[in-house]
Amino acid sequence: MLLKADPTFYPSPKLASQAPAENLAYVAALNPNGGSLPDALLVVDVDRKSKKYGEIVGQVDMPHAGDELHHFGWNACSSALCPYAPHPHIERRYLIVPGLRSSRIHVLDTKPNPKKPKIIKVIEPSTVAERTGYTRPHTVHCGPDGIYLSALGSPNGDGPGGIFALDHYTFEPLGRWEVERGPQYFGYDFAWHLGYDTAVSSEWGTPNMVENGVNPELLLGGKYGHNLHIWDLRKRKHLQSLDLGAEQQMVLELRPAHDPTKAYGFVGVVVSLKDLSSSIWLWHKPKANGGSSNGKWEIKKVIEIPAEPADPQKLPPLLQGFKAVPPLLTDINLSVDDRFLYASCWGTGEMRQYDVSDPFNPELVGSVYIGGIVRHAPHPVKPTRELNGGPQMVELSRDGRRVYFSNSLYAAWDKQFYPEGINGWIAKLDVNPSGGIEFDRKFFVETGELRPHQVRLQGGDASSDFYCYP
Amino acid sequence: MTQRWPWTVLALLGAYHGLNPGMGWLFALALGLQEKRRSAVLYSLLPIAAGHAAAIALAMFAFRALQDFLPIRILKWGVAAILFALGAYRLFRASHPRGAGMRVGARELALWSFLMASAHGAGLMLVPVLLAQPMSAKTHTMAGELPMPPHPLSLSTLTLATFIHTASMLVVAGILAILFFETYEQIGLKLLRHTWINFDLLWAVALLIAGAVALLS
Repeated sequence: MLLKADPTFYPSPKLASQAPAENLAYVAALNPNGGSLPDALLVVDVDRKSKKYGEIVGQVDMPHAGDELHHFGWNACSSALCPYAPHPHIERRYLIVPGLRSSRIHVLDTKPNPKKPKIIKVIEPSTVAERTGYTRPHTVHCGPDGIYLSALGSPNGDGPGGIFALDHYTFEPLGRWEVERGPQYFGYDFAWHLGYDTAVSSEWGTPNMVENGVNPELLLGGKYGHNLHIWDLRKRKHLQSLDLGAEQQMVLELRPAHDPTKAYGFVGVVVSLKDLSSSIWLWHKPKANGGSSNGKWEIKKVIEIPAEPADPQKLPPLLQGFKAVPPLLTDINLSVDDRFLYASCWGTGEMRQYDVSDPFNPELVGSVYIGGIVRHAPHPVKPTRELNGGPQMVELSRDGRRVYFSNSLYAAWDKQFYPEGINGWIAKLDVNPSGGIEFDRKFFVETGELRPHQVRLQGGDASSDFYCYP
Repeated sequence: MTQRWPWTVLALLGAYHGLNPGMGWLFALALGLQEKRRSAVLYSLLPIAAGHAAAIALAMFAFRALQDFLPIRILKWGVAAILFALGAYRLFRASHPRGAGMRVGARELALWSFLMASAHGAGLMLVPVLLAQPMSAKTHTMAGELPMPPHPLSLSTLTLATFIHTASMLVVAGILAILFFETYEQIGLKLLRHTWINFDLLWAVALLIAGAVALLS
């Protein structure tokens, strides 16, 4: 316990965006070859002044093989300052690292040696299942009163997916979060509007629907998730389903506005059955300020990213019939000042930057190409080398000046879209404060056989922290 | 309580409780910022004060009720034991409420404040003051106060004690909340980051001191 508040906690997003630059990045890395090789958490030096800038300076192997590390998160963050449950003397110190396939949850201590985090606790899959009824833990968020995780399904691989909590201090699973889940069945991501006591959750599919790869029959039948769910955060009750339409398949990453007085957020949809486009939707509560707090939430498509026509010869079997490469929007991220939204097009190999100062009318202000199913665009430091995989998990520094992203999605799906196999890499972009992005030529981390997924930054980043003060 | 010092201690403890962000001023500030209205800060402080008053009144009146049944020695030891246990618990394990939120009405705020104060032993912290000064016979002579045998506190004295303590708490909490609200753009929230000392630890120490006072009185 600290004597003063943890210096990485900021009451407001405005203050957080003035935070010092990060020195280390943590990256979940998947070992796709199976067998006895475990997944790992990589530590990358992102300190510009360091001699090892852009190098992997640490690696922590997981105790078992086959976890499928995917998303992970901090034990505590700025939400610890929330006034109704303040406990700012807890430390942002532990990384909660779940295995999406194994359902095993690792707790890593980054304090004694930040470059060599130590596994201090492993919660076995059976414990998670017994205590919560859930398996396949996905998103990790540090909440005002506990650590929350979403999960894709139940122990038998079907639904429902949902949310469960870990105790802040002991990391013990506390049980399922939902008191009344209503029609919600699929799970994936979740997020909060702390200023409105509202939670939002999104839909992918059950473990049985995703673990053997995307199922074309289910996909073309519109059977993957296409709803957003709105919850009463305090009563843990389902309030509202927002249906995007069955043609909008896989409603994934949720990025609410950081300012707790703003009642809106962005969610990415992987693919439209109509034209293979990807899209970004804005959920919002009309007249949130001044209006009744019982008001309904609404959702509206604000960005559409079209598929690109392609020579079927260059496409994997799954896509040949369509003669086009879909953008496959697999991640989005919103800067802490709620100004720029980044969109990872894993299929077309493009990272886009939108100015969302007016969230209803986003403006495309930046774009870079790297990798891609057809494009195989190189990184500027190795202009002759074709790259595979594409921009995927994207993370932003708190000041919004640096963008880090990795190139692997999910082992079973990597195989379908990049059948030749993916060589892992992590790239970084520098952001022009008034819009525009470009590659940092000094930063291109290749991870070889290990496939990088989510990136978390030391001290916090744009998707770690939730705030209770504007 | 015929002497002045117990009242001063009650008021000082009120100020101390008011200073603790976990006792409500921070909540009032956040609600004001969320609604962007200074009046929301002030309106939030009243139910917070009411909840706090209820919590400390409950502790003091319960103590007073027990005085009729239990010998003072037992009471003393009991109060000290609870204070030590609570202090030690707070020293070694931080905790905080679950299930609260930002969209709260006056009733919920009062309940929250009541629970926070009770869980933190805010009322119990005051009991040693009553123990140390259990006489309140209003017997004055020209020569001054006469020493009187121990006599339980009157209900009106306890009510006044609750009022004094809460008023002091409310004034300090109010000043802090408004100060932070008015300056939040420039310095308020920044100041919060740097000045938020570990009140849970201080609080634990205060509980232990109160326990010691109960024993020694």
